[in-house]
This record gives sequence, C-alpha cells and structure tokens, in this order.
Amino acid sequence: MGLENFLIVSAVLFSIGFYGALSKRNAITVLMSIELMFNAVNLTAVALSRYVVPESLATAGQNAGQDAAQFLLTGHIFAIFIITVAAAEIALGLAIVIAIYRNSESVFVTDATQMRN
Amino acid sequence: MGPTMIGQGTEASLLVDIVFWVLAVSAIVSAFAVVQIRDLFRAALFLIMTLLSIAGMFILLRAEFLAAVQVLIYVGAISVLIIFAILMTGDVEEGSPSHSMRIPVAILSTLFGALAIFVSVSTDWNLLEPAIAAGQVSADAVEGVYSNTIPVIAKLLIRDFVLVFEIASVLLLAAVIGALALIREG
Repeated sequence: MGLENFLIVSAVLFSIGFYGALSKRNAITVLMSIELMFNAVNLTAVALSRYVVPESLATAGQNAGQDAAQFLLTGHIFAIFIITVAAAEIALGLAIVIAIYRNSESVFVTDATQMRN
Repeated sequence: MGPTMIGQGTEASLLVDIVFWVLAVSAIVSAFAVVQIRDLFRAALFLIMTLLSIAGMFILLRAEFLAAVQVLIYVGAISVLIIFAILMTGDVEEGSPSHSMRIPVAILSTLFGALAIFVSVSTDWNLLEPAIAAGQVSADAVEGVYSNTIPVIAKLLIRDFVLVFEIASVLLLAAVIGALALIREG
C-alpha cells in the first residue's frame, strides 16, 4: 500500500466517471458520474498530501515548526472545498433536472433541446 | 531507535493491505455498477457503496476528519438528494441507456485512465517516509501534525485559506438561492 496504489485507484474511478458522464443519456446518471469524478480527485488530493513532502517542510529541514508542518494537510483543505463545491453542484444540477422534467417529461439529456433554434 | 514513522506499526501490516485491497475492489466494482446497471435506484445504492469505500480509504490515509465529512455530506446528504430526484422524476424502469457515442467515449476514457496511471507510476515523487528516514524532514513535526489533525485543519481553513473559505460560503448561498429559484412553480 503506497502512493501509487491510491493514485491508480483514483485514476480508474475518474475514468469510470468520465465514461459515465459523457456516454449516458439520463441526466441523473450523468450527475452521479460527476460525483464519482469529484471523489477520485478528493482521493488523489488526500493521498498526495499524505505521502509527498510539502515544499515548506522540505525547505525548513530538521528544525521545522508547526507553521511549516501544517502544510502537510493542504490536500485535506482542497478535499473539503471540493466537497463543498460538489454539494452546491449536485443541488443545482438536480434542481435543473427536475425543472427540465417538469417542462418536457423527460430526464434524458438528448431530449432537452428547447433552446435549439 | 530510529525516527518514528507516521502510523508506525500499522503501515506495513498485512491486515492494512488486505483492508486497502478490499476497499479498492469494492470502490471500483461499485463505480462500474453505477455506470452500467440499468436500474437507476440500484445505481444510486452502488454510488453510496463507492462513497463509503472512499471514506474507508480516507481513514487509511489518516484523514479521519475527511472520512467523517465524506459520510455526513456524501452518504448522508448528496445520495439522499439523488435518490429523491430519481423518485421525483419517475422513469426508474426506463433505466439509463447510452447514446451513440458510447464506444468512442469508452476508448477515450480508457486512454485517459491509462495515461493517468502511467504518469502516477513513472513520476519521481518526493516521498515523505524516505525523507524522514534520510533526516531531511523533522519526524517530530510530521508526527505533531498527524497526532491531532483537526486543530491544524481549522488553523489552515480560517487563517491561510480564509479567502477561499469566505468565497465558498458565498457559493453555497448562491447555490441555495439558485436551486430555490429553479424549483419554484411558475
């Protein structure tokens, strides 16, 4: 179990999400695939922050204090903000899906063509 | 006695490796099920399975706070929202068909995944544990952060990333107002 294992898992998850987001007609499946991609990115951020030396710690060397060492957790902060954005995205995305369903009785992205022409 | 490694005693054990592989297989298999299964409701349940596996991986990565956040927000809130939308829009039996671009997209995503795996394996990462062993990084500082991560996360969030923190709150407000405006009748 090392950095590469986590990165490979998250690369596979991201590709699955990418495939689902681009190939599915149902808008809710597309949103779920986007969630998969968000999670893959979160996993990458946390794995990198766990295994890789941050620049501040590398320059501080042996006498590193709390101020240099705290940047070990930058990936955690990224993941927290990504989760926040994902929550906002899914709330808006599902609101749009329900609005489209109300207008055209369909949740298929290929049927939402009202703005064409 | 050498420098203390983070998570010493658990890092190299066979049990942790087994837990990692179980979580990895369940995450990937459930993710496949999310995009392949026809029944939307079951796809949402498999998405929850993937999210829980990733929460387990966060615990393996010593990000216990993020694991709790993942369970609360993704498994607790977002998946309930998705299931609610599936039930609202009906058509559960109609499932989730692919459109005509399925094969090119599959090839493209496979290529992307292969490229990402190649890059992550071939990059020469500046890893933490060898740097501690070589004495380039203070083991005490690292252990001090990982022994209690929540105060460090709080300090980073409120001090170093405070601007992003404020923007995130504005974003959430905008999302709430936008969702209400979209859903409102008329």
